[in-house]
This record gives sequence, structure tokens and C-alpha cells, in this order.
Amino acid sequence: MRHSEIQRGFRANLPIAVSVAAYGSVLGVLAAQDHISWFVLLLMDLSIFAGSAQFVMVDMWSTPLPIGEMVTGVAVINLRYLLIGASLEPLFINKSMGHKAFVMHLVADENWAVTMAAHRQGRASSDFLFGGGCCLLLAWCLGTMTGHQLGAFIRHPEVYALDFAFVAVFTALTTGMWRGKMDLAPWVAAALIAVAAEALLPGKWYIVAGGLGGALVPALQCLIGDRGSIPSVKKEEPHVNE
Amino acid sequence: MLTNDSTLMNTMITLAGAALATYGLRLGGLLLSERLPRSPAFRAFMGALPGTILLSLVVPGILAAGPWGCLAAMATVVTAVKTRQTLLAMLVGMLVIMFQRHLF
Repeated sequence: MRHSEIQRGFRANLPIAVSVAAYGSVLGVLAAQDHISWFVLLLMDLSIFAGSAQFVMVDMWSTPLPIGEMVTGVAVINLRYLLIGASLEPLFINKSMGHKAFVMHLVADENWAVTMAAHRQGRASSDFLFGGGCCLLLAWCLGTMTGHQLGAFIRHPEVYALDFAFVAVFTALTTGMWRGKMDLAPWVAAALIAVAAEALLPGKWYIVAGGLGGALVPALQCLIGDRGSIPSVKKEEPHVNE
Repeated sequence: MLTNDSTLMNTMITLAGAALATYGLRLGGLLLSERLPRSPAFRAFMGALPGTILLSLVVPGILAAGPWGCLAAMATVVTAVKTRQTLLAMLVGMLVIMFQRHLF
């Protein structure tokens, strides 16, 4: 591995690492409120290293641990890494299996985005990606550990609406996911399924049910569109041929 | 002590399961990049997934917090759209709830 490339990737991710650390400190505060030890949180940072999935895990944390719901929830939330991983293939041409296995653990949304931007200018490599991952991992661990220390001092979390912090941070994150009118149908479906599933299903399965159910809507629209039932999809086809 | 031991065991099983699933998806995506379905339906499904999951997570939580929860969520959405600052948007939502609790 080339150290200059790793350093370049590390530096390119420094600005975004600041927000990652801030975000991590919120997770740390919430984890402390749930009586998750700093050691378990650090282990989670190092082994899972995925922001929204870790937030969901801390949110689901209860006794006894709902192992099945948590692992399934994390897997569904992280399904996007399939596509992220696939999109990185051009950076790993002629690289060894060991190199791939080593670097891929440190792929997060942020260093992926920074690397893809650099790749468009022909200035990215798998070492650059790895350097970015190191930077983010460091920021993530520092942020969560700082938050955990602070969280232990907060005696009455409800006064500061800390119990609402999860809902608030996820509402903000969800807002950023809106891609335009195309999301209206899947989002309405997801919300309705989630509310119904929360009433009918035990535990936290409503997250998986609403997420999968909502995402199936545009997939079905595509399938029906292929058979010619949705005019908007059909209309675009002649343009490709022209 | 028995309960502590089994709690620790469950914690480790959960972390290992979540870590393996996440790592498997990261590496699997790279290794299977040639073989992933390229159909528009699959792309549409995967493209919509992050948004629908987060929404499903958040909607029951907002409703559970009642009218003030809905108000706080709206304030969060507006702040997030206007400023694109996740942290600030979160704090605005929490401030609405804090305000409610100090008031009543």
C-alpha cells in the first residue's frame, strides 16, 4: 500500500470527519443513557463502523437483547453497502483478495462519497479510500467516546429531551434522503406499513417491514411499467431508440 | 452472576452478527459487482431503501410523542431542508420538546 495515497485520503476526509465526530458524540450520549458501557460502544465502533446502523442498535438496546431484530435491522439498513461495494470495483482492478478484504471494512458513506468525487477527476485509489476510512474511524471513535463521557454526567435526560434525540436525529437524516416526487409513493407506503406493523408485530420488526414494503413500491412500478401499464415509463423508451 | 454472563454473551453475539452482516455486504458488493441484478426494478428497490427504512423507524416514534412530537418533527424537517445541518436540525426538534416540558 502506498503511504502517500493513504495520507491524501486521510486529509481529504478531515472536513467531513468533524461532522462525523459531532454525530458520534450524540450516539455516545444516548448509549450512556442506555447503560451501554464505553467498551461495548468502542467494540461496536470498530467492528460495525456504520453510523445509522449503530444508532438503530442503541435505540433497540433493551434487556433481554432482541438479537434477531437487531441483526436483521442492521443488515437491512446496510443493504446499501452492496451497491456501494459494487460501485468501487474500478478502484480494485488487479488488487489481491487480501487487499480487498482489508480495505472494504473501512468503507462508510462519507469516504465512499469523497472517493467517488476524487475518482471522477481520476485522482482516487483503493489506498485513498482506506486513508479516508482511517480518518473517519478515528473521528467516529473519538466522537462516541467523548459523548459517552458527557452522557454519564447527565442525570435527568428527559429534561433535555434526550429521549427525543433519536427521533429528532432520524427525522433530520430522513429529510436528507428525499429524492423528489418519485419518493412520495414509497414513503407514504413505508409510513403506513410501519404504523400498522408497530401495532400488529412484536418488537422492532416494523422498521424492516416498513422499509422493505415501501421500497417494493417503485420496484413494482418498474415491473408493471415493463408490461406497458405505466405510460410515464413507456414514454421514455422511444427516446433511447431515437 | 449468571444473568450478567448471559447478558455479556448476548451482547457479543449481537455485535458479531451485526458486524458480520455489515462486512459481508461491504465485501460482497465488491466481489459480486458483476453478478448483481441490473434490472431497473432491483435498482429502484435499492435506491428507495435507505429513505423508506429511516422513515419507518421515525414515524411511529413521532406519533408516540403526540402533537408536540409532530410539531418538533416539523421544525426539524424545516431546519434540515433550509440549513442541511443534521446536528442543528436535531437540536431544534429537541428544543421544541424541552420547551413543552418546561411549560407543562
